[in-house]
Amino acid sequence: MTDNNATLITIITEAALETTLIKDIEELGAPGYSISNARGKGNRGLRDAAWEANSNIRIEVICSDIVASKISEHLEQKYYQNYAMVCFSAEVNVLRPKKFN
Amino acid sequence: MSTIDPVIWFFLFGLLAGVLKSELRLPSQIYDFVSMLLLITIGLKGGVELANQPFATLIPQILVVMAAGFLLPLLVFPVLLYLGKLNRADAASIAAHYGSVSVGTFAVAVAFMSSQNIEYEQHMALFVVILEVPAILVGIVLAKGLSKNTQWANVGHEVMLGKGVMFLMGGLFIGWLSGPSGVESISPLFFDLFKGVLALFLLEMGLITASQLSSLKRYGFFLLSFGIITPICFSVIGALVGLGLSLSVGGVAILATLFASASYIAVPAAMRISVPEANPTLSLTASLGITFPFNILIGIPIYYWLASTLHASLI
Repeated sequence: MTDNNATLITIITEAALETTLIKDIEELGAPGYSISNARGKGNRGLRDAAWEANSNIRIEVICSDIVASKISEHLEQKYYQNYAMVCFSAEVNVLRPKKFN
Repeated sequence: MSTIDPVIWFFLFGLLAGVLKSELRLPSQIYDFVSMLLLITIGLKGGVELANQPFATLIPQILVVMAAGFLLPLLVFPVLLYLGKLNRADAASIAAHYGSVSVGTFAVAVAFMSSQNIEYEQHMALFVVILEVPAILVGIVLAKGLSKNTQWANVGHEVMLGKGVMFLMGGLFIGWLSGPSGVESISPLFFDLFKGVLALFLLEMGLITASQLSSLKRYGFFLLSFGIITPICFSVIGALVGLGLSLSVGGVAILATLFASASYIAVPAAMRISVPEANPTLSLTASLGITFPFNILIGIPIYYWLASTLHASLI
């Protein structure tokens, strides 16, 4: 297991977006996703998850590089302007790569 | 001894701790649990009362209150747009916040009435549900017009199946179906603990309010005066509507409080999805940083005074 065989795309954004975002991601061909709560600080100020309107989520998707770039383009167009959102991707090694392509 | 209700001290305690940047905070699961208990209790109380009277007699009241829910945001929208010089999206979003209601404020009003032994119509809880929704729809239309791009199905799902409305409705139905004797077995958790639960809820609200105060400096004078004048004007409308519906003094005071209150849970979530270009800090600073503390500290006693004065002079 030496070659990178899949892409991990990570999105950190407002919890309010969860439902719509998951729908988008699935439509763009993501084979699955994981969501966890997140808190931190960025250019939109401290997001300390003290209550709902101020909480963040982190969505992680393992997929092919094609789907990953589709997702990141879509997010940039639809959400970047108005929402607190960070999105980054990395080449990763996974066992059972077929599962994610 | 102080005449201030202990639950208000909890709010001030939270506010102080927040301002001093103390480490104090309620674990978020506990906060969720406490707000869930409040919503269910309020629903149950209303539901039990509904079991006591034929629903048909309430329909005129429901329709009037619902109409008011559509009207209130329309009243403040031009003020925000022209006097406040806000952009359309922000004005619409704030208008929606003020047209809708705050369950926390309602709970404090209920606690105020019971500690002063003031009678009121228990089915007021039903009005909380009714007033929650229309303003959101009006806000979206004000921001975007009747655009085909708005995903009304999503908005509807978000609003009607959101936590707040669901818990209230669930409580209402369970209370309604069980009746007064039926809910007796669960009353130790929901009714007996109400004030204690409210105290914890307000402690956290104090902390959250304190976190909004820093953005208050940025938005300044207009927002501050808007956040205080609007609830006062709306409380007068609410009191007059209450009188028109021939509610008791306590009922009039609670309806005035409901009209005066501004949402900080259901509306922000719905606006974030439907009107993303509106700045959420602006509307939350107003509703949570100004109007909520104003209502629970100063407003409710004023609205009660208003209700009893109007009641005495007009009826």
